[in-house]
Amino acid sequence: MDVIETEATLAERLRDAQGPIRVLGGGTRSIGRPVQGEALSVAGLSGVVDYEPGALTLVVKAGTPLQQIEQTLAAEGQRLAFEPMDHRGILGVDGTPTIGGVVAGNVSGPRRIAVGACRDFLLGVRFVDGAGRIVKNGGRVMKNVTGYDLVRLMAGSHGTLGVVSEISLKVLPTPETVATLTLHGADGERALAAMTRAITSPFEVTGAAHVPGPDPAVHLRLEGFPGSVEYRVQQLKFRLSDLGEITVETLPERNVELWRRIRDVEALQSAYALWRVSMKPGAVYSGLLPALEQWAQCDTLMDWAGGQCWIALSEDEAVSLAEAHGIEDAAGGAAWLHRNLQEAVADRQINQGGGGHATLIKGPDALRATVSVFQPAPAPVATLAAGLRQRFDPQGILNPGLMN
Amino acid sequence: MEMPEPRPEILANKAGLIARLQSVLSRDAVIEDPAETQAYECDALVAYKCAPLAVVLPSSTEEVAAVLRICNDMGIPVVPRGSGTSLAGGALPTADCVILGIARMNDVLETDYDNRIIRVQSGRTNLSVTGAVEEEDFFYAPDPSSQLACAIAGNIAMNSGGAHCLKYGVTTNNLLGVTMVMMDGTVIELGGAHLDAGGLDLLGLICGSEGQLGVVTEATLRILAKPEGARPVLMGFDSNEVAGACVSDIIKAGVLPVAIEFMDRPCIRATEAFAGAGYPDCEALLIVEVEGSDAEIDEQLALILKIARRHSPVELRESRSAEESARIWLGRKSAFGAMGQINDYMCLDGTIPVSQLPFVLRRIAEMSGEYGLDVGNVFHAGDGNMHPLILYDANKPGDLEKCEALGAEILKLCVEVGGCLTGEHGVGIEKRDLMTTQFTHDDLDIQMAVKDVFDPKWLLNPAKVFPLDVSGPRRAA
Repeated sequence: MDVIETEATLAERLRDAQGPIRVLGGGTRSIGRPVQGEALSVAGLSGVVDYEPGALTLVVKAGTPLQQIEQTLAAEGQRLAFEPMDHRGILGVDGTPTIGGVVAGNVSGPRRIAVGACRDFLLGVRFVDGAGRIVKNGGRVMKNVTGYDLVRLMAGSHGTLGVVSEISLKVLPTPETVATLTLHGADGERALAAMTRAITSPFEVTGAAHVPGPDPAVHLRLEGFPGSVEYRVQQLKFRLSDLGEITVETLPERNVELWRRIRDVEALQSAYALWRVSMKPGAVYSGLLPALEQWAQCDTLMDWAGGQCWIALSEDEAVSLAEAHGIEDAAGGAAWLHRNLQEAVADRQINQGGGGHATLIKGPDALRATVSVFQPAPAPVATLAAGLRQRFDPQGILNPGLMN
Repeated sequence: MEMPEPRPEILANKAGLIARLQSVLSRDAVIEDPAETQAYECDALVAYKCAPLAVVLPSSTEEVAAVLRICNDMGIPVVPRGSGTSLAGGALPTADCVILGIARMNDVLETDYDNRIIRVQSGRTNLSVTGAVEEEDFFYAPDPSSQLACAIAGNIAMNSGGAHCLKYGVTTNNLLGVTMVMMDGTVIELGGAHLDAGGLDLLGLICGSEGQLGVVTEATLRILAKPEGARPVLMGFDSNEVAGACVSDIIKAGVLPVAIEFMDRPCIRATEAFAGAGYPDCEALLIVEVEGSDAEIDEQLALILKIARRHSPVELRESRSAEESARIWLGRKSAFGAMGQINDYMCLDGTIPVSQLPFVLRRIAEMSGEYGLDVGNVFHAGDGNMHPLILYDANKPGDLEKCEALGAEILKLCVEVGGCLTGEHGVGIEKRDLMTTQFTHDDLDIQMAVKDVFDPKWLLNPAKVFPLDVSGPRRAA
């Protein structure tokens, strides 16, 4: 594998590239259609370039390990507020997650509903395009509308438009106190009602997740100064008291553990295939989940107050799907469900006019190679995306086909 | 300001254009009389004026599409216009263009409190979005100073900010979806009511593209539950450095105020004379606002005041009532009006790293002396978004040019210290020719490549954002 140490080398390498390149950071987020190509790692582009705690800004090289960034920030009582998920558990891989991988996948966590996604915390990027040109966009200041916003375009582009070399981020103070309210026994519409009431309250809920199962529960997180958290816990408890039994967790380490498990979708780790569906919460509960029940026995987990729905299919269930629909193997059964999910999400009856997407996050290569891993866009939008790829990567060498 | 020469064949065929526009729009939606088109000759950057060839005021996405199809077909430049409040000349016409005004499209299409969204036509004004949901105790967070007049369409074009974005972010962080018409008349939808893109984040690319990639006709916006309350505190300091250090300490302490506003002495004096808000006569003044329940506000303000006291403030004024809060905000909110009362002024919008604040303010004061033009500073200190106001006399020959030269120097300084030319107003024509101080050839080339994809003929909002010599080959192609 080619390990790059400087931006200049990266540019040279891409300028001289003869064939497809598989871009890697720590290699812990192999999402998308499998890519054939020479592996090129930016893990060597590592280190903090600039950190100003008083300005809430951090500039790092793209290969910097996430853990190093988290430690640097923690020393100043700050953090990456968008709470990036760690994919190693569900994807069953080792390796060192890097900030570049987080940006490439626009990876966020439960706090997304309150503070925004990874893309909302990006102040600037430097990247090398497919022609080997070094480009900067944005900067390291909080507000910047100078020129077109390629920063957000790069976030979630999975290395198909350029290879990010440096990233500027907005960081936030870590609150002193955290507490989680757990509503026990809440499922379906009642779970949705609890999360909706919580996030439409003025109490700044920074996590709202629904974990179904034999002992279903809704978890609601509050963070801030001690007096404030205490006040909001009482207020929220009162507002939800008609929905069931509520317990409150205030031990810091238990809170960290609970939300890490939700963030990393730990309950669905053993899935054969795993999807992430993004729709408005109401559409997930009244449109998607009832449809899903008709098709297959799946385990689910709802985050973002219901706006992010994880769907896990077991291998056994994939085999039964294949048998029931006269398809050859488990991958075929999963592909059948995949197509149904993507069609459902695009159906205005189901998405209630709000749009959305279903993305296959985990699945065997045989599955990922045969389906459209990302939600297919309508023709005119797909044409725009293809046009951009053609301009940013004229030879089509950067993770070719990964997002097709 | 150099603008491209109007194309004579377009001017010569005005009648043909008008006839086609009238075939798809109602009679009163096509304005061609020079006496009336003159009303669209400029936006809030009044130093530059040029009447357009015609103005259209469509009422629906379909009508916008019909207009764009015609203009694309005939090769006519189109300047989209929200409410015309751009301070950067973002809606400045060319003599051979059609102004596409979105003002008649201002309906609320859907409010959904449970899912925290509102869908509006893009001509709706910023403040009236909040107006549509405040009865249910919701609000739309981005709050540019012009919020009474400015349209959501313009907010999206410029990725507008406001005083409260330290906590709530700017337009791009609160925009979930758009319906947009491409220059060839194709209608597309990007995003929706969900939280992230299924493929490339084209919505993020559209926001802040200054109306050069498409015409946004509808928008899905995030609405938020109103906080229980908000209260400001006013602090006076005897130096800009100390005020700057105080801002940094507040942020480091883990408090995230919704707003930290900064005014310097020239600005304090002008607003005092104008609004009589009772501000102390000092070097620098901060207004810090926090939100929550009464007890939560007390908790945060106690911490903020403790930090402020460490910096030996010459004044600390905590609000005890809604009336006192209003008085604290009064001067800040009338600052621009006050400066306008004294003189003509030009409002800059550069952003700098917060740590550079004292240095930049000192340099601005020095440059102000060198140019012989007064500069007042009022800005969002929490995010480093400066708004130096350069005072000049429009009736004095050469003063505008001198003011522009000083403005350019100040913006270059912002870039030199690691900042940018514009934090929330946009490039427009105003900062167009300074783009090469912030960006390399390659930086600009790839941005222009985006324009090539969305608007291959370069007809949408011509002559903005990119220096004319840089964009020349593409516009000619």
